[in-house]
Amino acid sequence: MTTVDVLRRVGRGLGLVVLVIAAMISFGPLLWTVTTSLRTPAESFTNPPSWIPLHPQFSNYRAVFQQIPLGRFFINSVIVTGLIVVGQSVTCTLSGYAFAMVRFPGRTKIFALFLATMMVPLQATIIPVFVLIRWMGLSGSLFALIIPALSGAFGTFLMRQYFLQMPAELGDAARVDGATHFQVFRHVYARMAQPALATLAILNFSGFWSEFYRPLIFLQNQDNFTLPLGLVGLQGNYGTGSISIVLAGVILAMIPSVILFVVAQRHFIEGITAGSFR
Amino acid sequence: MTATSTDTARMAIQPATSRSVAQRRLRRSEATFGYLMITLSVVIVTVFTAAPIVASILISLFNWDVISPPTFAGLANYSRMLHDSTVIVSFATTAVLAVAIVFLQIACGLGLALLVQQRRRRATRAVFRTVFFLPLLASAASVSIFMGYLFDQKFGVINYYLSLLGIGNVPWLTSSAGATVTIILVAVWQQVGFTFVLFIAALSSVPSELLEAAAIDGAGAVPLLFRIKLPLISPTVLFAGVIGMINSMQLFDQPYILTQGGPGSATTTTVIIIYRTAFQNLQFGYGSAISVALLIVLMAITAAQFAASRRVVFYQ
Repeated sequence: MTTVDVLRRVGRGLGLVVLVIAAMISFGPLLWTVTTSLRTPAESFTNPPSWIPLHPQFSNYRAVFQQIPLGRFFINSVIVTGLIVVGQSVTCTLSGYAFAMVRFPGRTKIFALFLATMMVPLQATIIPVFVLIRWMGLSGSLFALIIPALSGAFGTFLMRQYFLQMPAELGDAARVDGATHFQVFRHVYARMAQPALATLAILNFSGFWSEFYRPLIFLQNQDNFTLPLGLVGLQGNYGTGSISIVLAGVILAMIPSVILFVVAQRHFIEGITAGSFR
Repeated sequence: MTATSTDTARMAIQPATSRSVAQRRLRRSEATFGYLMITLSVVIVTVFTAAPIVASILISLFNWDVISPPTFAGLANYSRMLHDSTVIVSFATTAVLAVAIVFLQIACGLGLALLVQQRRRRATRAVFRTVFFLPLLASAASVSIFMGYLFDQKFGVINYYLSLLGIGNVPWLTSSAGATVTIILVAVWQQVGFTFVLFIAALSSVPSELLEAAAIDGAGAVPLLFRIKLPLISPTVLFAGVIGMINSMQLFDQPYILTQGGPGSATTTTVIIIYRTAFQNLQFGYGSAISVALLIVLMAITAAQFAASRRVVFYQ
């Protein structure tokens, strides 16, 4: 074995060590949250923390629904996220298809304006949107969160990219056979768009399920709070030692995302890389 | 009006002038269809994104608390902002946090991606990919909650393990420097998964023939990295930088929940200022002015990043 070989082996070994340490850093806080949520509230702050709970208190998970309206928060999050995901899936597929496959005057200009709005940060629009929502009488309602998010430039961009890759001949053949424009869309192309739809749905789900800023601004009544807002509101329990229960809520809030990730990991990855290859 | 097959057939046997009439009719029906399809999206995006941008600029020229009618103020809000130390300091604080977060996010994401790509077994790579992605599945709010407990000075787990190493009681959340570092660590911890996935994909798209050819020519791991891999993934690095800066300059959840902008104003970001000004103090005009300023700063930063990258980024 040459010195180069030895160095290379040592390098790879060190690489593995670094990866393992990084993995422990990544996973550690999450593991701590899970195990602490299973400890009795009295011992949740004892150190050293027992990384494997000896007497798991699943009762914390029941208590979290009794002591705090977690069920309410869950339902609100499901309503808001669900309607937004469905809404964007429909509107962005329709407009993405049109921008990709249908010819109409002004198409390029309108799409360029769409792209321009993609770069606009939420901050630049939140105050006027708040005024508008208030004027519409929706202040404090879940619809204040839902309606502005029913479509988006990014979703349209994503769907358009996907439709652009589809062969135009299929649609032309269908039109020669007498299909209407909408029939071509519905029976030929929309069917093939399912992977892109899945990616968009997962991206939207992740983004809106974990939203905090807009709910903080638009919602006042605790009955309407979504999960992140509701959980933060409970943090005041810190001193009373029931952080185990708060952490049980945190874990419960994470479960839908984890399930989705296990089921559709590929679409998560695709969602992240979708915008980067231009 | 839609065209049927009989229309198209009839079109084919028409004399030249009425054929173009039929063509125009077809094109008009396609255009109508197109406009109908984009209506929902255009309405939502116009009403809730495009128009509000203009509205923000308009509102910033007034003083308004939403309850009583607005009073015209011209550029008074902007001159007030230029003399307002809390706002200016918040821009500096936000910039410091953003640069640190983006730099660490890219460095760690890239480093981990390179190390994971090195592993030979697919199973090992899959396990590490999953572990590094997990933090992204929690909300920033949830992360701020449990990180708050972990970084607690007296009872936190982190200080406990540090004390075993002989390092004293670190005031993570109770000192200005500590709070800044904590916010950076928490944000990077959660978001490394994003750049990591990005770079895994970018590294996978480096054609293996290039790497093999270079290896045959005797290139070691280090030149391989700096001469081939990094240049080829430089567009991705730029993308991660631009997106990272835009997101980090708007940091709100973590400093608001974890440190409430403190201690004092050590972690008070610009968005926290906007939130307090507009939604707690009901100064919508001034708040709009600050958000317009933030928008301009963001555009300037993005433009600067693109300009600075022209020499370094290699496009294929």
